[in-house]
Amino acid sequence: MSEVTTLPPIVAAIRENRRALARLLTRIENNAAAAELAALYPYGGQAHLIGVTGAPGTGKSSLVNCMAKAYRAEGKTVSILAVDPTSPFSGGAVLGDRIRMRDLHGDQGVFIRSMATRGNLGGLARTTSDMIRALDAAGFDIVLIETVGAGQSEVEIASAAQTTIVVEAPGLGDDVQAIKAGILEIADILVVNKADNPGVESTLRALRAMLDLGHRSERIMHHGKLMNVPAAPILGEEAAWQTPIVQTIATDGTGVPELLAKIAEHRAYLRASGVQQLRERASLRAEIEERLRDLLLAHLLERVGVAHFQAVVERVLRREIDPNSAAGLLLAESSRDHKP
Amino acid sequence: MSERKIRVLVAKPGLDGHDRGAKVVARALRDAGMEVIYTGLRQTPEMIVEAALQEDVDVIGLSILSGAHMALVPRILELMKAHGLEDVKVVLGGIVPDEDVPVLLQMGVSGVFGPGSDTQEIIAHIRKVVSLE
Ligand code: B12
Ligand SMILES: Nc1nc2c(ncn2[C@@H]2O[C@H](COP(=O)(O)OP(=O)(O)OP(=O)(O)O)[C@@H](O)[C@H]2O)c(=O)[nH]1
Ligand SMILES: [Mg+2]
Repeated sequence: MSEVTTLPPIVAAIRENRRALARLLTRIENNAAAAELAALYPYGGQAHLIGVTGAPGTGKSSLVNCMAKAYRAEGKTVSILAVDPTSPFSGGAVLGDRIRMRDLHGDQGVFIRSMATRGNLGGLARTTSDMIRALDAAGFDIVLIETVGAGQSEVEIASAAQTTIVVEAPGLGDDVQAIKAGILEIADILVVNKADNPGVESTLRALRAMLDLGHRSERIMHHGKLMNVPAAPILGEEAAWQTPIVQTIATDGTGVPELLAKIAEHRAYLRASGVQQLRERASLRAEIEERLRDLLLAHLLERVGVAHFQAVVERVLRREIDPNSAAGLLLAESSRDHKP
Repeated sequence: MSERKIRVLVAKPGLDGHDRGAKVVARALRDAGMEVIYTGLRQTPEMIVEAALQEDVDVIGLSILSGAHMALVPRILELMKAHGLEDVKVVLGGIVPDEDVPVLLQMGVSGVFGPGSDTQEIIAHIRKVVSLE
């Protein structure tokens, strides 16, 4: 156990003690774990981060349950982060994804955590990516992330995960209508779940048609938007990833071995092609920029004073100056060492 | 900065299929701003305690209408102790004869709420017993 003794205490704790991990996740969720996150960051990067998204009720939780079981059969340890929406009215939430994950109890190689979006709109909570980092540093081989039932704009998962699985199901009304372009574009793998239900063929046809329209380029998330970059920068154009479609029945596990095989292929592709680094760099850059914006705003407010800031808002309200000039004015004042 | 939220596990142990009360309570707690992890029917004591640990909840809410509470509740409390979850509060709802209530409270259950309980009372009780640091 000499390796363990050299680890920072928080990393050793979350690797050995599930309660310590659970407690850390709570502190992260409450934005009270900056020091721990800094300490554990160097110990991440080993896990395969797999996102599972798709419209409400398509079978994401059931599929995650099957995938986790299959990974356990391969001897891999699995953690699951399941995100459900916060009620905008009360700020509370009912987190129900665990109902479908009951096959996984009693196994020390599985750890399931539910979380609410707490007002964030991108399909994840603001702290989800930090929670993923903790699970990664805790040593799980696989981190499965289930997003809220997503429509089209909830695409944050594409920057939080390495492999994004979009789950569709037949019988969600008009097929093409149900398969929203935004969410389809982030798919590394498409799953048509509920393959036991009528209408699978037409869903498959619609999906194939939409995939054929797509071009062979890599999508990376940047500033919350998808950007295209040339495919497979190292391997070249012909080796580009072609989004496969896998049919599954999550209630009995049909198709899950095929899905796991595609996931493994995708991981190999990400590494060999250099796309993994490309995506990671873009999303880290966006994250740092976002954090910097928050810090700069806090810093600026401290320099000019909240009261003065509010006074400027009032001037804009009276139409004495426009919002853009107000921002410029506040910035100039903050750098002039002005303190009212 | 998000504020600290009260997290509650609502679970139905045993083979009891009466889930209306549990759902009513889960929704009421959500509407009171709490985060409720709902695990569904037919949970074993082991599943409940494991979920409470992973989810790091402040409260375990049990709903038992089958009459098996005097067997299930002690087992759950015992497992909680074994996992170091003594600081997690346990509230119980469902069909519980009056004479069992003091015994359950003595064991460490923080509150018992029978049929017709006002959900506002349940909310107030949980807010009172959970002290957020
Ligand atoms: C509706 C009902 C059913 C429905 C259940 C539908 C469902 N999905 O829930 C059906 C018809 C399926 C049913 C079946 C049976 N039932 Co029935 N059922 C009832 C009935 C009439 C009402 C229960 C109810 O839903 N109440 C409404 C909800 C909102 O109230 P509640 O559950 O009590 O919840 C409140 C509080 O208890 C508390 N609470 C509840 N849970 C929680 C959790 C927490 C954390 C907290 C804080 C509070 C809390 O707060 C809630 C709000 O006030 C009761 C009689 C009664 N008056 O209670 C019998 C009753 C519970 N059933 C009974 C029986 C015997 C059965 C059957 C075994 C009958 C049979 N022989 O087939 C089966 C068993 C089914 C099964 N698999 O378990 C008996 C139980 C006897 C006992 N415990 O000693 C009762 C008491 C009837 C009786 N007097 O004999 N039942
Ligand atoms: N027939 C059939 N039903 C399925 C299949 N997969 C899931 N279901 C059912 O579909 C319903 C929804 O499944 P979930 O796994 O909860 O779906 P979800 O996408 O996680 O739902 P949300 O998290 O609420 O968006 C449940 O009743 C499942 O039993 C399947 O392959 N075939
Ligand atoms: Mg789900």
